Amino acid sequence: MKEKGVKFKVQSSKFKMKRNRFGLIACVLFSLTSLVMAQNGPADQNLTGRPGTFAITGAKIVTVSGAEIPNGTILIRDGKIAAVGANVSIPGGAEKIDGKGLSVYPGMIDAGTNMGLIEIGNGARGTVDVSETGDINPNAKAFLGINPHTSHINVTRVNGITTVLSLPVGGLIAGQSAIINLNGSTQSEMADVPVYSLVINFPTISTFAGFNPFTGPRTINFDQAVKRRDDRVKEIKDVFEAAKQYANAREAYAKDNSLPYPATDLKMDAMIPYIRGEKPIVFFAQRARDIRAVLKFIEEMKVKGIIYGGGEAWEVADDLKKHDVPVIYTNIHSNPFNQDDPYDANYAAPSKMRNAGVKFCISTGDDGANARELPYQAGMAGAFGLSKEDALKAVTLFPAQILGISDRYGSLEEGKVANVVVTDGDILDPRTNVKYLFIKGRMLPLTSRHTEFFEAFKDRKASERLP
Amino acid sequence: MKRNWKSLLTGIALAAMLAAGVFAQNGTDVLIRNATVLTAAKGTLENTDILITNGKIARIGKNLRAPNAKVIDATGKFVTPGLIDCHSHAMLDSINEGSYAVTSMVRTSDVLDTTDVTIYRALAGGVTAANLLHGSANPIGGLNTVVKFKYGRPMAEFVFPGAPPGIKFALGENVKRANSNVQPGQSRRYPATRMGTMEVIRDAFIRAKDYKRKWDDFKSGKTKIEPRRDLELEPLVEVLEGKRLVHAHGYRSDEHLNLMLIADEFGFKVATLQHGLEAYKIAPEIAQRGTGVSIFVDYWGYKLEAYDTIPYNAYILWKNGVVVSLNSDSGERIRRLNLDAAKTMKYGGVPEEEALKMVTLNPAKQLGVDKRTGSIEVGKDADIVVWSGHPFSPYSHAETTMVDGEVFFDRKQDLARREQLKAERERLEKLDANLPPGKRGKKEAKEDDKEEKPEATPVPTKGGNRK
Repeated sequence: MKEKGVKFKVQSSKFKMKRNRFGLIACVLFSLTSLVMAQNGPADQNLTGRPGTFAITGAKIVTVSGAEIPNGTILIRDGKIAAVGANVSIPGGAEKIDGKGLSVYPGMIDAGTNMGLIEIGNGARGTVDVSETGDINPNAKAFLGINPHTSHINVTRVNGITTVLSLPVGGLIAGQSAIINLNGSTQSEMADVPVYSLVINFPTISTFAGFNPFTGPRTINFDQAVKRRDDRVKEIKDVFEAAKQYANAREAYAKDNSLPYPATDLKMDAMIPYIRGEKPIVFFAQRARDIRAVLKFIEEMKVKGIIYGGGEAWEVADDLKKHDVPVIYTNIHSNPFNQDDPYDANYAAPSKMRNAGVKFCISTGDDGANARELPYQAGMAGAFGLSKEDALKAVTLFPAQILGISDRYGSLEEGKVANVVVTDGDILDPRTNVKYLFIKGRMLPLTSRHTEFFEAFKDRKASERLP
Repeated sequence: MKRNWKSLLTGIALAAMLAAGVFAQNGTDVLIRNATVLTAAKGTLENTDILITNGKIARIGKNLRAPNAKVIDATGKFVTPGLIDCHSHAMLDSINEGSYAVTSMVRTSDVLDTTDVTIYRALAGGVTAANLLHGSANPIGGLNTVVKFKYGRPMAEFVFPGAPPGIKFALGENVKRANSNVQPGQSRRYPATRMGTMEVIRDAFIRAKDYKRKWDDFKSGKTKIEPRRDLELEPLVEVLEGKRLVHAHGYRSDEHLNLMLIADEFGFKVATLQHGLEAYKIAPEIAQRGTGVSIFVDYWGYKLEAYDTIPYNAYILWKNGVVVSLNSDSGERIRRLNLDAAKTMKYGGVPEEEALKMVTLNPAKQLGVDKRTGSIEVGKDADIVVWSGHPFSPYSHAETTMVDGEVFFDRKQDLARREQLKAERERLEKLDANLPPGKRGKKEAKEDDKEEKPEATPVPTKGGNRK
């Protein structure tokens, strides 16, 4: 009996072992699946995500364009939002995501960054591609300089920002901007509007005349400063005039080949859609007087303009409305312009623009690394007069409208591009976590340079012995 | 002239504030009624009153009676301790004495500007105290000043009573002068490498030890001639004696570790690692030594040595038992440290009270003033902020900020005096002395002069960090 019992035990423990092994495998398989589900591991998808049909059910859906759906479903298929509502029928093959306790938002849009053009601004010049040599560079395209593999992209998107405008800077005419989604292995995969606008760094009145290392800053008098500004504006106008002549010559030659052939000029070619008002020009201008000068320029040159920066735009509300010029406001995280401005001048500016009926959106104006601050900047405007709803619109629907992409982006509506963010709370709250992220319908892993370092070091123990 | 014009404005603004009675009389009892109190020490207290007597927290409880006290009704509002910024350059007329590698003889207390508007803006963000540090141009920099933000008061009232003195050290790119160009005619300063930086520090402490020995010999009667005082080495002797706190700017973890090894060698403790953007990589080594770390919560990527930081830094350090504070190093960021604290809940999951401590009690500990401030406890200084909502919500703002029981910021009063200040400004602008050069000497300013008046040359204000 004893022997038998022992044998039996041995057998049973063998059996157990087998079962355990099987259990282990099942366990591994299960955890792998759950990793994929939780999007924590690279197991079944690369960094640019995986496509599929996804149904997020039982979630609070913040459509932005319409009413909030307290307990709804959103269906993502073929890169688009296939359906959104309280009663959505879910197709058989769809991957279901339980949205209980979660909120669904459209991906946020930062309408002013240098995303992909600067990896490290200071001390690593090799990673800086944001500013060309010289003053007049209309042919420089941000699209061609954007690094699709910059660490800033993942860091930004895991905070719920899915689309950005990336701008070149510097000189007078800095180049042309691009609207990109924050996903893709190539520039083409990322770009939504590869060549969106011209970017003009509008000259300001400044008495600053350089810095002498021995004697400090040098200044010129105010009248000289005004003249210097006017001269610089004239330089821009001359380029516009030259582009007009060039366009006329090219057109005339196309009609009549007997005319002298006007040689191709890439800079002039690049200007044509802008001098004709076919595409927008983004003007960098902060102070009220500079914005007024831009509006004057827009009127004179009959072009389509957007104010970028817009620090004191609220002071120029009537003029902005008259010319129907929108503002990409980038000053939430900047100090007020004047020492004696109200302490909350820049926080309250969006609310003032809203009340005055100026079209505006909130943007970080960041080079890229800190563009993830976008929701908190909108939240700050919400603390100083802007309604919560408008604060959210200021980083979703409003930028989409200003950039002319609201037919595809900026809200959760059937047919729009599936840039969708699922959170465990208010997306503008710094305590909120993003739980799922979709760009053009691809489910993306919530990993970045920062989560990788976190994983690598979070459990590190000291090996060094103290003396 | 421009500067005079500005200070005149500041002066008038200050006078207006005093006239408006922003600053309560010392000695008045204050009763904050029915608040949600985040104590930063003993949890959250609902529907709680705080009685302030003689600038101290006298009682905390429900339904307190104080018939003669000025009552602040905080129903539906939140109360926290005043926030403390452990790394600020507010009030400093100059920041860097960059000439020598060791400038321990210079003092920030010699260059403090009590009218710096940054103070008022910081108060409006709930900050009541700060560690004013010398810049980061030298391995061993100048002496710090810990202040309470008593805006409008003489300098003597700013100095935090009993705060241990400190000194700034710095490592890395700024010290090497890596990102600044050597001007023609100037020679490169030693050190130019991280090797040299460590040697400069070791050399300075060897000299300080020898200097201390000379004095010890004199004091014990071994030598008869009194040694000549050395203002460079005196503060370093105080460091060796544990009487002066070392606040060490640095980014790379290896550098901070090497500094701590030098401190081990000479038998002192580094009080805080400032910035410490990679501190998470050496969290156990920091914890072993009881050194504090004062970081940006998530600001990164602005230079090469700031490329490896992660927003989980605070969490990893906290988990290792390190006292962590979140600082601004910026006249802009200092206005929103509450939201920086909120982010640590998202990145890793720091509990709410621990998150709040990172901008209150922890910096107080790091500066050696936690017996006086940093939490809401009976007997502590009444450095208190009343918030419109939860201080971690993006939609909240500070309503009232008190230092030692006196109101130094009150949003209602701030709003009420804006019209008055505006009128004052307009009157001043029309004064002959304030007209643009070339337009002076006329009877009256023309209306259109208002648009193009000389103002402070716009400084790029994207944060204005001095990291």
